[in-house]
Amino acid sequence: MGNMSDLKEREDKLQGMGTSLLRKEDAKFIRGQGTYVDDIKLPGMLFGAIVRSPYAHARIKGIDKSKALACPGVVAVLTADDLKPVNLHWMPTIGGDVQAVLADKKVCFQMQEVAMVLATDRYAAADGADLVEVDYEELPAIVDPKKAMDKDAPIIREDIVDKKDLSHGPRTHPNHIFTWEAGDKAAADTAFKNAEIVVREEILNPRVHPCPLETCGCVASFNKATGYLTVYMTTQAPHLVRTVLAMLSGVAESKIRVVGGDIGGGFGNKVPIYPGYVVAIVASIVTGVPIKWIESRIDNISTTGFARDYHGVGELAADKNGRIKGLRFTALADHGAFNSHVSATKLPAGLFSICTGSYDIPNAYCRVDAVFTNKAPGGVAYRCSLRVTEAVYLIERMIDVLAQKLGIDKAEIRRRNFVKSEQFPYTTSLGWTLDSGAYHPALEKVLEAVDYKGLRAEQAKKRTDPNSPTLMGIGLATFTEIVGAGPTKVCDILGIGLFDSCEIRVHPTGGVIARLGTMTQGQGHATTYAQIIATELGLPASDIVVEEGDTDKSPYGAGTWGSRSTPVSGAATAQAARKIKDKAKKIAAHLLEVAEGDLEWEIDRFTVKGNPGQHKTMKEICLVSHTGNLPAGMEQGLNAVSYYDPPNLTYPFGTYLCVVDVDKYTGESKVRRFYALDDCGTRINPMIIEGQIHGGLTEAFAVAFGQQIPFDDNGNHLGNSLMDYFLPTAMETPHWETDHTVTPCPHHPIGAKGVAESPHVGGIPCFSNAVIDAFAHLGVTHMDMPHSAYRVWQQCNALGINKR
Amino acid sequence: MAKTQTVSFQLNGKKVETAVEPRELLIHTLRERLLHTGPHIGCETSHCGACTVDVDGMSLKSCTVLSVQCEGADMLTVEGLEQGGVLHAIQQAFHEEHGLQCGFCTPGMMTRTYRLLKENPNPSEQDIRYGIAGNLCRCTGYQNIVKAVQSAAKKLAATATA
Repeated sequence: MGNMSDLKEREDKLQGMGTSLLRKEDAKFIRGQGTYVDDIKLPGMLFGAIVRSPYAHARIKGIDKSKALACPGVVAVLTADDLKPVNLHWMPTIGGDVQAVLADKKVCFQMQEVAMVLATDRYAAADGADLVEVDYEELPAIVDPKKAMDKDAPIIREDIVDKKDLSHGPRTHPNHIFTWEAGDKAAADTAFKNAEIVVREEILNPRVHPCPLETCGCVASFNKATGYLTVYMTTQAPHLVRTVLAMLSGVAESKIRVVGGDIGGGFGNKVPIYPGYVVAIVASIVTGVPIKWIESRIDNISTTGFARDYHGVGELAADKNGRIKGLRFTALADHGAFNSHVSATKLPAGLFSICTGSYDIPNAYCRVDAVFTNKAPGGVAYRCSLRVTEAVYLIERMIDVLAQKLGIDKAEIRRRNFVKSEQFPYTTSLGWTLDSGAYHPALEKVLEAVDYKGLRAEQAKKRTDPNSPTLMGIGLATFTEIVGAGPTKVCDILGIGLFDSCEIRVHPTGGVIARLGTMTQGQGHATTYAQIIATELGLPASDIVVEEGDTDKSPYGAGTWGSRSTPVSGAATAQAARKIKDKAKKIAAHLLEVAEGDLEWEIDRFTVKGNPGQHKTMKEICLVSHTGNLPAGMEQGLNAVSYYDPPNLTYPFGTYLCVVDVDKYTGESKVRRFYALDDCGTRINPMIIEGQIHGGLTEAFAVAFGQQIPFDDNGNHLGNSLMDYFLPTAMETPHWETDHTVTPCPHHPIGAKGVAESPHVGGIPCFSNAVIDAFAHLGVTHMDMPHSAYRVWQQCNALGINKR
Repeated sequence: MAKTQTVSFQLNGKKVETAVEPRELLIHTLRERLLHTGPHIGCETSHCGACTVDVDGMSLKSCTVLSVQCEGADMLTVEGLEQGGVLHAIQQAFHEEHGLQCGFCTPGMMTRTYRLLKENPNPSEQDIRYGIAGNLCRCTGYQNIVKAVQSAAKKLAATATA
């Protein structure tokens, strides 16, 4: 073995796992040299602008294109009738439904796509879109999902009125999409019947939008000569998109290239395939020229990628000591006008059944009823795995409700119900096997760090002071996430399993290129994956290049969403590297004329056991692997590809604590302190992890305190620009304190669990719990988000505490 | 298409002259005609600041000004921060402090920082948070951006006294 300083120097040189390596991707972004989709300009390119419906529900009686076509610069106007000959006026959704690409005879939500105007530049396209005349006959709209299945409710989807099911079981009403359930209802009901204490609360996760700073868009370019279609687009899942485009268009999948390029944030918004993409592609196939379509911000918030809209009811049954005996959670899900909800085929309500949280709950049952309304379609996961925020919000709120009912401290009730460290792997009563966890130590570490007892004492004192202008609230969330979709036996989309991939090629001088099926949107993949390879192969991260997002280059994978990149592709990366290392070891043994068993790995080389002076570095082996001096029968090269099908999902967890001071007279909540402890298993790049946590907490703050897409009774948007939709600025955003514990994932090759969504999923209930805790002594058990000053003031006013 | 007219201004130290529509927004002229795609379009309603450029000593949201208004202006975009192959202290600081993730807000954020530090070379954290409040970021939660601005201020002060 080399001396310690030599070993350390060699290890430092790699900048592998565990180091806060500065990001490789920054070099282009700090120079303004990113290549986002709207930066792409191809010769002869036309610009598409969409004509949208002003009504939430209306029949289309006629469309007059003549004025638009006479507008200078306008080349064509496409409507549903123009897409009919290629049978692309409707498209199948991954939710088992169909969605209108351009409205066919009627519109079902405000801002629905009715026509696309193609013109020589974006100004001319906008002019043309203004001049398309559509004759509508307005119909009554359904806005409240609770009224969607009323007997006399207007039928939103006449096109499928005769369909008995939409791939997820029988429908009971024309506006019913599916009913999905999990768990043992009879056992849960019995637990409630025998319970000493029962609590119930109606809890809303309002309709929100991920709102990345870059909107959605594409440049579609079909070459009529070669029959080759290239689509530059904002997508988090380029390979799945290519497959769907092949199914839709009839173009061979080998002749379709989808390029993700640089993505200006995704947060779930850029997973689905939207009508705008499809019309642009069809237009390019028909015209043979490239077509660009870019959403405006108002288009983005109004039509693509809303999240949540889960109207939940939570019930817990417990004994007098606060031990939970039973859980019943239900949700009415508003999916809008088409079921283009993003979900794995077998999981129409996503991973909602993770709703037992971090707790040992013997009996549980949950159910989701999804309905159509006259709102934008879909339902994406906003910085969380599918429906996980909804689930975690319910359980983390309900355990507080239970604590208040019993007068038990909110940290103590969690201690009493946690799955204990020795119980892992732990299978929940709703069927998930939590891989690993250490919940008690995480909670205690946070309580000590913030002096929880001191905070509670301060709060108690404040509550006795009638002159205090503020109410003090302490919020806790001790969440468990479920990420890394996922095992192909559980998770597929359109029949394609949600495995992921990595291909590694090592060059003669030790440079490495790795290509993956995922798609970075700011998470720092080029750095993180390089660090995994650096540690596994003993080659410096600086010489490792990572490429993603171009389907012509990278192996097939399901993309980046649901915190799946590290849990799935990170594992594929380690496995591909290990294949290479196995081959390198054989070469080293051959060169050193020893048996493989006589070798051991030391940072960047194989050494002969007991004789460390005899060694071969990886760099030496890289060169030799491209020569003839190889073991008999071995082929040249040092390449490998790995497809990783995870045996289980991963379960990151954390304890968050928030202190708020609520102004009794204005309702304004000030976050005094936010302490976030995350356990994401093995930590690859601490700097990037912290950055992800800061960002996720800020998005949680946005949801908890201000985000909501409101509608009036006619289905008109009441806030779809950044004037109304809350994106926190640096002024509102609190300071974040971060901490961690490390409980490796037992099945992942390097023990990593994924992290970027935890702060969003855990942050939202933590904020809500803090605000509501401020009112706990006044008998308040729940207030729906967003906790804007006006809404909180209304609570103060109702309680009569806002009078000086 | 409306008639065009010629507008000329200094862009990152070089004189440019281009034909624009009278109604054309500066961000579109910069991106589509002058191929400066560093400034981005995030909202087109002057809320997000992704299109921020520096015009005549002021931070300016280029989605809210007509190109014809910029006749004779002296303009700086992100592309002009690096000088002679050397990164500006602000660029270096954003990299070192992990002040960016997806990179979409970054050009506007750095261009805003450039002006902020000219106006106030030694800002407090509150000054910085207030000073960049016209620029939205969805990824970082601003904490590392604040650190980057503080670091850039230190670097610039060190160069000034050196």
